[in-house]
Amino acid sequence: MKRFDRRTLLRGTLAGGAVSMGLPFLDCFVNDNGTALAQGAPLPVRFGAWMWGCGMNPDRWNPTTEGLGYELPIELQALDRELPTGAKLREHVSILSDFDVKLDGRPNFPHTAGLMGTLTGSLPLQDYTVPAPTLDTIIAAQIGGQTRFRSLEMSCTGNPNQSYSFERQGVFNAPEISPMALYTRVFGPEFADPNAGPFTPDPRLMLRQSVLSAVKADRDRLHQRVGTHDQQRLDQYFTSVRQLEQQIDILLAGPPDLESCSKAPTPGAESLGTEVGQSMSTNRLMADLISFALACDQTRVFSMMFSDRISGLRQPGSSSLHHQLTHDEAIDSALGYQPEATEFVFVSMEAWADFVERLAAIPEGDGTLLDNCLVFGHSDISFAKIHGITGIPMMIAGSAGGALKPGVHVKGNTSPTTRVGLTIQRAMGLNTESFGTRSMEATQPVSEIVA
Amino acid sequence: MRNTDFTLMRVFCIGGFVLAGLTGCDGSDASSPAVEVDAGPVALRRLTAEQFTRSIHDTLGEHITVPSRIDPDDRRDGLFAVGSSFASVTPSGFEKYEAAASAVAEQALDAAHRDDVVPCQPQSLTSSDEECARAFVEQAGRRLFRRSLTTEEADARVAIAAEAANTLNDFYAGLELALISVLTSPEFLFRVEVAEPDPTDPSRMRLTSVSMASRLSYLLWNTTPDDDLMAAAENGDLVTENGLAEQVERLLSSPKLETGIRSIFSDLYDFKQFDEGLVRKDNALFPVYTQTLAEEAKEQTLRTIVAHLTEDKDYRELFTTPESFLTRRLGVAYRVPVQTANGWEPYVFAEDARRDGLLSHISFNALYSHPGRSSATLRGKFVREVLLCQDIPTPPANIDFSIVEDTMGELRTARERLEAHVTNDACAGCHTLTDPIGLALESFDAIGMLRDEENGVPIDTSGDLDGAAYEDAAGLGRALRDHPALGPCLVRSLYRYAAGREVQSGEQALLEFLNERFAESEYRVRELMREVVLSDGFRTTSGPRDAEEAGDES
Repeated sequence: MKRFDRRTLLRGTLAGGAVSMGLPFLDCFVNDNGTALAQGAPLPVRFGAWMWGCGMNPDRWNPTTEGLGYELPIELQALDRELPTGAKLREHVSILSDFDVKLDGRPNFPHTAGLMGTLTGSLPLQDYTVPAPTLDTIIAAQIGGQTRFRSLEMSCTGNPNQSYSFERQGVFNAPEISPMALYTRVFGPEFADPNAGPFTPDPRLMLRQSVLSAVKADRDRLHQRVGTHDQQRLDQYFTSVRQLEQQIDILLAGPPDLESCSKAPTPGAESLGTEVGQSMSTNRLMADLISFALACDQTRVFSMMFSDRISGLRQPGSSSLHHQLTHDEAIDSALGYQPEATEFVFVSMEAWADFVERLAAIPEGDGTLLDNCLVFGHSDISFAKIHGITGIPMMIAGSAGGALKPGVHVKGNTSPTTRVGLTIQRAMGLNTESFGTRSMEATQPVSEIVA
Repeated sequence: MRNTDFTLMRVFCIGGFVLAGLTGCDGSDASSPAVEVDAGPVALRRLTAEQFTRSIHDTLGEHITVPSRIDPDDRRDGLFAVGSSFASVTPSGFEKYEAAASAVAEQALDAAHRDDVVPCQPQSLTSSDEECARAFVEQAGRRLFRRSLTTEEADARVAIAAEAANTLNDFYAGLELALISVLTSPEFLFRVEVAEPDPTDPSRMRLTSVSMASRLSYLLWNTTPDDDLMAAAENGDLVTENGLAEQVERLLSSPKLETGIRSIFSDLYDFKQFDEGLVRKDNALFPVYTQTLAEEAKEQTLRTIVAHLTEDKDYRELFTTPESFLTRRLGVAYRVPVQTANGWEPYVFAEDARRDGLLSHISFNALYSHPGRSSATLRGKFVREVLLCQDIPTPPANIDFSIVEDTMGELRTARERLEAHVTNDACAGCHTLTDPIGLALESFDAIGMLRDEENGVPIDTSGDLDGAAYEDAAGLGRALRDHPALGPCLVRSLYRYAAGREVQSGEQALLEFLNERFAESEYRVRELMREVVLSDGFRTTSGPRDAEEAGDES
């Protein structure tokens, strides 16, 4: 409503011939201090999903003790890092173990069933299919309309054609694979820099709105001429046009008024690919950019694919990929695990820690940006060698603006992973009664982490 | 939705009449059985990235750099052409389309090129000129929407041009905004196919003449219809036998057919992965392999296919021919001398070069391998699924591959390791289908370079393909050439590519018929393309596709 008013005013001004205007004109829309959004709204709460492929070794990853201050198992040692605030990273991260994906007799499509069960609450009937929207798009549908970008998707795999952010089958949000491309998209010429002097809206923004109106009229006419299959696709197209209109409205409104907001520095050199060093570096560069983007409220929803569910991570000079090793490598009888494959579990947890740590580096309100985030870290599988979908490893970093208690280990006692998805949706302010279908239907949130 | 014997005969014989030398129209057809065609549904088809780019180049100028990062194409049932009937536009995708449209419009209307696309001079450079704007919108819009704009559509663009020209004090900036509104319209981003009752048999729904123009043009040239085809379309010619046949002959005999053939095989073989830099190899293990080499390897194979098929050679011989094209860089990887210092030269591999047929090319062997090692299974799966149209089921969830991995243990070669699978019942079903094929290609490493040994043990490339025994990759190529499923599989793939969907049960008889015709033509792909576009499968439909049921999840 607020946006609409602002746009109407601007449009009126433009029609009258004046195309530049200063900040004072917009003062009525923002409050006096930088700690809250206009009209006294609290700081935004953001949701992110961070996924790594091919799981972990349950005996070495699951904490043995429950509750606050759980004992950190060997494969989670990356969470032992100390933050600038003096706290340990682990104090901000809850571990959710022993939650299962339940097949109800459906096939365990390797690496797909576990992922889809956790993210959508339903099991696919065919391989490579998406039975329902993924968690991030469910949340973006509710809160994504308030920001310039409904959501931002990222990947460290170098593959532009794959993300696990699905509106539905066939409608997936393509990821940014290049930190520089993400930077340009968010902080390029369109970004209204709060530290760059008086704001002058670009008159072309208004004209782009006129273009979108014409395009919507085309879409409405076409909608009447096609079948139901195509109507669905044109409905999605309409939603997408609306999103761009929203984006332009927000650009017209001027720079974000958040104390922690500043323009991200240009990212450093990038090298795209799935060698461990490449993916780790991309992850850090992306974490940096998304933290600035979140602090400037450019989006409230993001997702990151650190590695594919069929993980293509590899060490330079090696003939084997992470995924191959999880199946091919023998379990060392003395150690009790697969030594080479396990290296990639450590790599993945270091990357997760890198990502979360970055969010904790930006001060916001009385704490840090991480306090106002809910980042869901998860894999597609538990023990990859057998495509295990019991005890899917899941973590939640951040407090969701006070909605969640961080730093807790909860054992799910084989209840469905969707309980975590339900907890997340409610923490993000959604009025979700239940999440998932059949045996995956969850109605009880994980109360142990709810504040 | 039936095709009478009479109609079918007429169509094929007109095609034969126009193109001298076409076999099969000598009257023997009179005894052919009637082909009943119950064609499948039509759906909007989102332009692929390649079609998006080509349509812009052909309409607005080759000089334009079209941004490549737009919404990714959706590959479904092994084809982008099928995925395009399902793809929608996501918010981030639309954002990219709009940015791309803006970049394109700016280049199309820059001072150096505007006169090529704007058919008039404005009265003033600094304000609106509705008449000239309308002329531009109608001309460019017709090529981009693949039909004439309606009054409403044109009026909306003229109004945008006027508003923008007056706001920005720049006539051409006004046209830019108008052009962006064309390039981001669903009427451009999606190919719209419209059906109408056939006046001679109202129970049968045919594609309109205008819809046929797009179908033909994107299938055969993979771009928007040219002026000649648009004129024929709007004149109603493409729903008449003569008018259609005339345009089909023109399209099939144009050099632009090379683009169409290239696009079909690039889609079928998933070669886009090369363009996107996704065929990666380990630098330490394969120092010769670079992104440039990868792209040239892809180009080598496509050039080989295009030259072979446009010369009307037997499709099956692609799998045995030593004829190809090389650059000096590829020559290094193939370990053969290449005379031309820069660029391409036709090259015929020597008899003892062990480079007969497409399966010996670097492209396939690199694409269907892992970054650090070859994969007999991936290669075999490609041959079964893509070249022979046979299904390979997904692996079982609980598998132990330990034995395949242990390259330093007792089992030194891929053959020894994979044979261990076949002793395991859960694995054997699929691996007995894929592995004998892939093992014949083990003489090519993960980047397609020749080798004789793996871990010090000689590689055994012998095997058999559904009963045809061979000793090596060249023998596999010959067995493939003679495989009864090879020709029919291309027929099926081309049909799916043309229709943008899976084959329907009502089209099986047509496919059988096309198989026969393809064989009779001695497997000439140009003939097959003609048969397909003149068939009722291509020209009729059951109507618009219905939405899929949401399943039992809701």
